[in-house]
Amino acid sequence: MGTNPQTRQHKLLDRLLDFGPFVIALALALLVASIMLLALRANPITAYAAMWDGAFGSENKFAETLVKATPILFVAIGITIAFRGGIINIGGEGQMISGALAGTAAALALGNTPAVVVIPASLLAGFIVGGLFGAIAGFLKAYFDVNEILSTIMLNQVAVQMMNFLLNGVMLDPEAAGFNNIPKTARIAEAAQIPRLALGVGEAALFDRTRLHYGFILAIVLAIVVYIFLWRTPLGYRIRAVGLNQRASRYAGINVKRQMVLSMFLAGGFAGLAGVVQVLGLQYRLQTDGSPAGFTGSAGFNGIVAALFGGLNPIGAIPASIFFGGLLIGAQGMQRVIGIPAAMVTAINGLIVVFVVSSQLWTRQRAKRRLSAPPPPSPQVQEEKAESDTGRSTTGQSVAGEV
Amino acid sequence: MEILTQVLSASVFASMIRLATPYIFAAIGETFGQRSGVLNLGVDGIMLLGAFASYYVVLGTENLLLGVITGLAIGAIMGLIMAFISVTLQAEQGISGIGLYLFGLGFSELLFQRLVGTPQSVNGFQLIQIPFLSDIPYIGEVFFNHNLLVYVAFACVPIAAFVLNRTTFGLSIRAVGQNPEAADAMGVSVSRIRYTTVIIGGMFAGLAGTSLSIALLKVFQQNLTNGIGFIAVALVYFGGWRPYGVMAGALLFSFVNALQLQIQVLENQIVAFQRIPSEFAIMAPYVITIIALVFASRRREQPTALTKPYERGG
Repeated sequence: MGTNPQTRQHKLLDRLLDFGPFVIALALALLVASIMLLALRANPITAYAAMWDGAFGSENKFAETLVKATPILFVAIGITIAFRGGIINIGGEGQMISGALAGTAAALALGNTPAVVVIPASLLAGFIVGGLFGAIAGFLKAYFDVNEILSTIMLNQVAVQMMNFLLNGVMLDPEAAGFNNIPKTARIAEAAQIPRLALGVGEAALFDRTRLHYGFILAIVLAIVVYIFLWRTPLGYRIRAVGLNQRASRYAGINVKRQMVLSMFLAGGFAGLAGVVQVLGLQYRLQTDGSPAGFTGSAGFNGIVAALFGGLNPIGAIPASIFFGGLLIGAQGMQRVIGIPAAMVTAINGLIVVFVVSSQLWTRQRAKRRLSAPPPPSPQVQEEKAESDTGRSTTGQSVAGEV
Repeated sequence: MEILTQVLSASVFASMIRLATPYIFAAIGETFGQRSGVLNLGVDGIMLLGAFASYYVVLGTENLLLGVITGLAIGAIMGLIMAFISVTLQAEQGISGIGLYLFGLGFSELLFQRLVGTPQSVNGFQLIQIPFLSDIPYIGEVFFNHNLLVYVAFACVPIAAFVLNRTTFGLSIRAVGQNPEAADAMGVSVSRIRYTTVIIGGMFAGLAGTSLSIALLKVFQQNLTNGIGFIAVALVYFGGWRPYGVMAGALLFSFVNALQLQIQVLENQIVAFQRIPSEFAIMAPYVITIIALVFASRRREQPTALTKPYERGG
């Protein structure tokens, strides 16, 4: 397309302005958090410095941040698919747990088979079972009109109890039985463990001797795959079409109900992968303290925040997940250094969600202004406009803004 | 037969009534918001903040009235924030509610760890035995031997039903939830009504938290509510957006919960119950809620404008 420089400049400015809400949302969240810190008689600058150092201060700390970001990224990829499909999936926790249960069971059952068999098989088991668990909510929404936010929240509790039941019963580590009361499975075989990651060879390799594993690389690859899936394949197009406008999709001949179940299956599948990878790559056994976040570490919730902050784009979810991984690891550092409880991060996450969602009014108004006062548009811009216009539906799409 | 009388003892029904309290408060408040078209999913977070605030006040002052007022005030502030987000900024209600929940979850824990540290119980509301009535065998124990907030919760149900169905304010609320354009044309301010209902909902949510921390449990800890607020939102759907229906749902839910607790207590005495894993008992109320939602969705009373922001001339 032969665009003149002025339009190109205009487009660039447009792109930058699209990032505006996210930057402003983050700044506002940190500002409110600073006021909270001041009220608790802590210096916000010291606190944020301690956070930064805790998350990125050394090679090992950075590796821990990436380790923390891994399950968040898997969940965020899934949440992105669901939200793009118009389904507000809050069930990341439950889907992650059910995937982890299936993946661990597969890894234990396959025992000492070679890594090339046991690792893919476990990942697949986790993806399918996590997906099926997610599909329950999709099915209930599509065919019984049950609000998916509520059903997924209830299913989270069901999954936690299911895990407690299995880890205290059939999946309990035989060596731990009657020994102590920690519900945990046996340790998976060495072949089933996802290897640690080191960039480079020998002593000088980056991330050598850290806990960072190849699960992180897998998450990044899958983020790219899902981006291509959503924006470059007919199936991905149909999922997004349903999210943008159900009625129009139906008229276009798309089976809306089936797409809903499918997008929830995929969302649950990726959350399930988060669970399996957490076991195969890090913990080497499924273990919980019985509480809701005992195994997941709330990654199922943080994945939602990361997906939103990533602009509901799988590629955007990569830096967003690393950011939230850093926030969580940094908060532990902050707690150690200045004694501000790490729970602070949960509050900050909530603020970021609120500000990101609230800033959509601004994005929408900009989209509207673009419609009413048209600069000579290129066909691509036209397409975007159509998208942002229909994006004002009641679904999660309205959160997406334009990506 | 003997098992049945043991399971369905007066104490089970008494705890059903008692456990229903926070659900009734939160769900009645949520009914107001939803009837006007606003889905506030941050109830659980508001409850946590209200619960902590009133707990902290009572811990320091031992003044229960001040505790209740604090819970209401915190709820009102959070309601105002939710109203600003959902009405003025027209944000997606489901997700912004989750944001509010996360904020309440994190902030209440942060304050608790920073200001209190270890869970310590407070001198909360004591049982009030209604004279004469509480002496009636069985009935007395079930209905007339509770703390003040339990009675208040049940009193709120007919009041809410009256306000919604029999007053001009209630009519405006329903009009705004059903057809905001028409209500606007009739001179009803959509945003003022929605602000009011969401703030009322927030105050009820704060009170629900208060009833947990200074009346039912008399303690605060991390994530004290454990999702009660979300179930309350589900109960509004289940109750068909009517206060009495919501109360029935709350009673059903807390009956399953009370039964579940009783079965765990009786596990040691009755062999048959040992075969029921406690995890399934804990799971039961949530499964029942999902099933209830399936049936509730068959009905058609949902406010038409629920979750839809209103824009004048839009």
